[in-house]
Amino acid sequence: MRIELVKRPQRSALFSMLSPFIALGLTLVAGAALFLALGKNPGEALYYYFVDPLHETWSLHELAVKAAPLILIAVGLSVCFRSNNWNIGAEGQFIIGAMAGSILPVMFPDFQSWVVLPLMLLLGVAGGAAYASIPAVLKARFNTSEILTSLMLVYVAQLFLDWMVRGPWRNPAGFNFPETRTFHAFATLPEIWPASGRAHWGFIFALLAALVLWFVMTRTLKGFEIRLLGQSPRAGRFAGFSREKMVLFSFLVSGGLAGLAGICEVSGAIGQLRPIISPGYGFTAIIIAFLGRLNPLGIVAAGLVLALTYLGGEAAQISVGLSDKVARVFQGMILFFVLACDTLIHYRIRLVAEPAVRGEGARADV
Amino acid sequence: MFEDILITIATAATPLLLAAIGELVTERSGVLNLGVEGMMIMGAVTGFAVAVTTGSPWLGVLAAILVGAAFSLLFGFLTLTLVTNQVATGLSLTLLGLGLSGMIGESFVGRAGVKLAAIRIPYLSDIPYIGRLIFGQDPLFYVSILLTAGVVWFLFRTRAGLTLRSVGDNHASAHALGIRVITIRYLAVMFGGACAGLAGAYLSLVYVPQWVENMTAGRGWIALALVVFASWRPWRLLVGAYLFGAVSIGQLHTQALGVGIPSQFLSSLPYLATIVVLVLISRNRRLTMMNTPASLGQPFVPDR
Repeated sequence: MRIELVKRPQRSALFSMLSPFIALGLTLVAGAALFLALGKNPGEALYYYFVDPLHETWSLHELAVKAAPLILIAVGLSVCFRSNNWNIGAEGQFIIGAMAGSILPVMFPDFQSWVVLPLMLLLGVAGGAAYASIPAVLKARFNTSEILTSLMLVYVAQLFLDWMVRGPWRNPAGFNFPETRTFHAFATLPEIWPASGRAHWGFIFALLAALVLWFVMTRTLKGFEIRLLGQSPRAGRFAGFSREKMVLFSFLVSGGLAGLAGICEVSGAIGQLRPIISPGYGFTAIIIAFLGRLNPLGIVAAGLVLALTYLGGEAAQISVGLSDKVARVFQGMILFFVLACDTLIHYRIRLVAEPAVRGEGARADV
Repeated sequence: MFEDILITIATAATPLLLAAIGELVTERSGVLNLGVEGMMIMGAVTGFAVAVTTGSPWLGVLAAILVGAAFSLLFGFLTLTLVTNQVATGLSLTLLGLGLSGMIGESFVGRAGVKLAAIRIPYLSDIPYIGRLIFGQDPLFYVSILLTAGVVWFLFRTRAGLTLRSVGDNHASAHALGIRVITIRYLAVMFGGACAGLAGAYLSLVYVPQWVENMTAGRGWIALALVVFASWRPWRLLVGAYLFGAVSIGQLHTQALGVGIPSQFLSSLPYLATIVVLVLISRNRRLTMMNTPASLGQPFVPDR
């Protein structure tokens, strides 16, 4: 048996709709097998993972809390990936954005006014964008691999945050815990619906960002430029678009959104800086960008699904005794299946019996 | 003292060299596998688990090699058979590896490890200054040096090596000559996976005989950077790995001396050094163009 790919004359509209769903289905099957191997009842485990968190109002709020940073980062990354720029350091840009935004409440706690919060958000965006500009400039100017530089900067950002919260920014009244002072009321991102749960305005920002970027990508010249330079750099050059400027643009957009996600997370969900402020949101967002087929609206849906794996991980740990590490296995599997299923968009897959003479032998077209 | 420092540098450099030499062969065949970190951590966790369960570090090493190769097959199937994007697939291999290793290793956190004992050649290892450095190290150190020499010989002195390089430089021509491009790439990817698994086992069986989640700490990515730094030449890779080993040991010693520089700044030095080195290498466009395998990262579907 051999697998043979036959190029489709044009991309299949059917499979570009279906492939994320096939991928999710395959992930569920693989997940069930995994739970079985771990000696758990797969039906019960999957229920706690994907259904139980949706039952109560407060947990729907938690879903929005988790989805907000994921969607914000992932829609930014879609601009990068569409234009063939591989920013995989969003985790670092998230951290630097969070730190830049925290300057006001941590260093000037007595400056209390309604302007604090908007300034914090702006600083967060600026911090993330500035940090993302490092790999972008190095790529545009020296042709340095942005994959490796942006990733290295994640470790640097994590160490920098660690130093700040243990050193200069440690809460003077915090019993030596590695934490900053807690943010005052003017520096806290308000909740959308305070009566029913914790979901904060970060989720609204995420939806807005997705809408704006969807409009830019599908309805404007800039969107055309992004897609053209990604698909065919040569054609892009003939159209008069600059590759270097696009590198910078895509990194600034994604870095800025990652920075916004960072400051929303600390001012909305955590309320202070700690040595670790993200359970890998910047990396999970890469999965979301692909599961959403690099389409900002698709990414909103994909972000909710992946946020569910975080919540489900916690629920399954409490109720079925499954390790919370399983959630990350799920996330990794989703990306694998998404990439594999995307092959169906461009190719038909044929199974050919091995001693194959062309045109003969058993085959099954998919 | 001097010899001790050199030996610790070798211990820090060996896992980088092992992972990077495998990736070098993979990239020479035209495939960019960004999953090194994931394959490495899978090697580390299985190596540790098998060694602790059976009591034999050598069985651990063997298991790590096999798991590294098997894990890389997943990447191979997607990128070579299903022609998915190599960058995205490599990333997903890393993410999956980090998640899976955390799950597998959960029950091994805090368990005492089994250390792969150092070889000590009698008399020779007593030579002052260099005796232990050359004749008294752990077996995988020698494996890493021999492997480098072996790869040099294979790539530049054998027909198979020439074939592999031709596949990496121009897969269409190689295919037209009747070379089985996909088969060769599968083998190269598996070699890279086996080496990354071995590098992981080095971390959990020699470097710190323990299992700690995320213990590779970006070494897989540094190995990827080393391949670029070495401009795809094995001997330069050896030099690069030892330079990086020196940087990371240097910062550890500086931390121990307590020179008033925050430890976090020193810990970030290897990562910053990687960036600086990458910039220095890639700014010379002519040099990189000349050395990069021309088909690196390009998808290939054989026509029929």
